[in-house]
Amino acid sequence: MNPSSAFQLSDVSKVYTNGTVALKNLDLTVNEGQFVSLLGPSGCGKSTVLRMVAGLGKMSAGTIYWGGSSQRRLAYVFQEAALMPWATVQENVRLPLKLAGMSKAAADTAVAEAIALVELTGFEHSYPRELSGGMKMRVSIARALVTKPEVLLMDEPFGALDEMTRSRLNSDLLHLWQQKQWTVVFVTHNIYEAVYLSNRVVVMAARPGRVVADVAIAAPYPRTEEFRTTPLFNDYCREISGCLANASGQLLLRSDAEAKAGDVINQVA
Amino acid sequence: MTNRFSDLANSANLEKSIAPSRTWQQRWLRPLLSPDVLAPGAVGLLLLLFWEMGVRVTNMPPYLLPGPLLVFQTLVSEWGTLFPSMLITLKITLVAFIAAVVSGLLISILFTQSKWIERSLFPYAVILQTTPIVAIAPLIILWVRQAVPGESSTFVSLVICAWLVAFFPILSNTTLGLNSADHNLINLFQLYHASRWQTLRYLRLPSAMPYFLGGLRISGGLALIGAVVAEFVAGTGGTSSGIAYQILMSSFNLQIPRMFAALLMTTALGVAIFVALTVFSDLMLRNWHESAVKREN
Repeated sequence: MNPSSAFQLSDVSKVYTNGTVALKNLDLTVNEGQFVSLLGPSGCGKSTVLRMVAGLGKMSAGTIYWGGSSQRRLAYVFQEAALMPWATVQENVRLPLKLAGMSKAAADTAVAEAIALVELTGFEHSYPRELSGGMKMRVSIARALVTKPEVLLMDEPFGALDEMTRSRLNSDLLHLWQQKQWTVVFVTHNIYEAVYLSNRVVVMAARPGRVVADVAIAAPYPRTEEFRTTPLFNDYCREISGCLANASGQLLLRSDAEAKAGDVINQVA
Repeated sequence: MTNRFSDLANSANLEKSIAPSRTWQQRWLRPLLSPDVLAPGAVGLLLLLFWEMGVRVTNMPPYLLPGPLLVFQTLVSEWGTLFPSMLITLKITLVAFIAAVVSGLLISILFTQSKWIERSLFPYAVILQTTPIVAIAPLIILWVRQAVPGESSTFVSLVICAWLVAFFPILSNTTLGLNSADHNLINLFQLYHASRWQTLRYLRLPSAMPYFLGGLRISGGLALIGAVVAEFVAGTGGTSSGIAYQILMSSFNLQIPRMFAALLMTTALGVAIFVALTVFSDLMLRNWHESAVKREN
C-alpha cells in the first residue's frame, strides 16, 4: 500500500439483509490530505461507503487498510446537524471530548477554538432551536473539528440548506481545509459543489453501487467564488455530468425505476 | 478569521438588554390575571351562582344536594377532622408516586439494556395495568396483613394499590422515550466509542425526559385515584383513615354537605398535584423542548 494513502478500500461489497446490493467490488484509495467527493444519484451507495469507513456498518466482503498510524482520528458530519436539543452550542461541541473522558476545564480551549473556526463565537450559550439551519450545521462541523481529526467524513452536510448558505459554507469549509490539511471525504449529489471543493471527484452509479469515473480536478487552490464562473469549472462540470448521464443511461435501459437518478441528470444538464 | 457573524451576535445581545428584567409582580400576578385563569374562573363562579340559586329557589333538602355556601361552611367547620384525613391520603399518594417513579424509571432503563428483558417482562407490566385495582385490592390487603402485621399494614397495602395504578404510565412512556433518541446521535456516540453508561447518561436519558415528564403528569393523578379507590375498598376507620373513608362515612350517615366538602378537598388535591407536576415539567424543558418553549409569531 502506498505510504501516502490515508486509507484504502479493497474489493468492498455490502449487501443489506433485504437483499439490496448497496456496493459491489468497490476499490477506492484516498490519499493523505486529499479532498475527495463521492458523487452520484440516490441509492448509489455513496453514504454506505462513508459509513463503512467510519466503522458504522459491517462490510459484507472486502477490507479497509489504514495508512499512517493504526488508529486514525475520524470525525463524521451527518446530513442533519444532529445536535442535542437540550444542550447549548458549547456543550454540543464538547461532546466528543466528554465521551473521551476529558474534563471540562481541559476541553475548554479546544471547544472555544472549534467554535471560533466556524465563526460562532458569541453563540456558545445558545440552544440549537435558537439557531438557523446554516448555523446548526456550523455547530455540527465544530463538533467534528473539536477532536482535531485527521480524516473528516461528510455525508451531504449542506444538502438541506438553501443555495446561498450552501455556497458560503462551501467556501468556509475550503478555507478551513487549506489551513488544516485534513483528508476529507465529502458525499454529495451536487456536481457544482463537488467540482468547486475537491481535488478529485469519484462518480458512482446505482444498482449495484459502483465507481464509474474518477476525475482529478486540476485547479489550483485557493479557489475563490470567481472559480465557479471559469471555463475550466464548466468543463469539469460537463465532463462529470457526462459520466453520470452515461452511467444512468445504461441503467435506464435496464430498468425504468430510476426516475430519481434521471432527475438529477436533468437538473444539471 | 473574518467576523461575518459579529452583526448577528450584537443583535442577539441587544435583544437581551432591551428585554426588561421581570419583577415578582410580572412573574406571579400576571399569570393569575391571564385569560387561562380568568376564563375558567368566571365560568366556575357562574356555575356556583346558578347552583346556589337553584338550591334556594327549589328548596332542595341538603341531604340530596347542598348549596355551595353550605358546603363551604361545612368545609370550614369540619376542617379539623377532614384535613388530617387528607394528609394521610396525600402521604399514601406521595409514597406510591415516588415508588412508581423510581421503579418505572429503573425498569424502563433495564428494558432498554436488553431487548430480551423487555420482550419477556413487558406483557406482565400490561397485565398488572389492565387488572382492575378494585378487584385485586382486597387480595392485596389480605396478603399484606399476613406479611406486615400491626398498625402499618393498611398503609402499606394502600401504597401498593396506588403504586400499581401509577407505575405503568411512567414505565411505558419512559421506555418509549429511551428508544426515541436521534439515530444520527446514536451513530455519533458509536463513532466516538461511547460506553453503554455514557450513551444512557448523555443521550438516552435526556431524550426520554419529555416522555418521562408526560408520564409523570398522568401518574400523579392516577396515584391519588389509586389511593382513594384502595381506601374505599379497605374501608378502615380509626386514627389512620384517609379522605376516602370520610367520604364513605359521610354518605352512610347522610351528612351530604360533609361528603361534598371531602370530595372538594380530594379534587383540589388532584388539581394541585397536576399543577405542581406541570410547573416542574415546564421548568425542566423550558430551554429546549417544543412543548415548553414560548414562540412569538
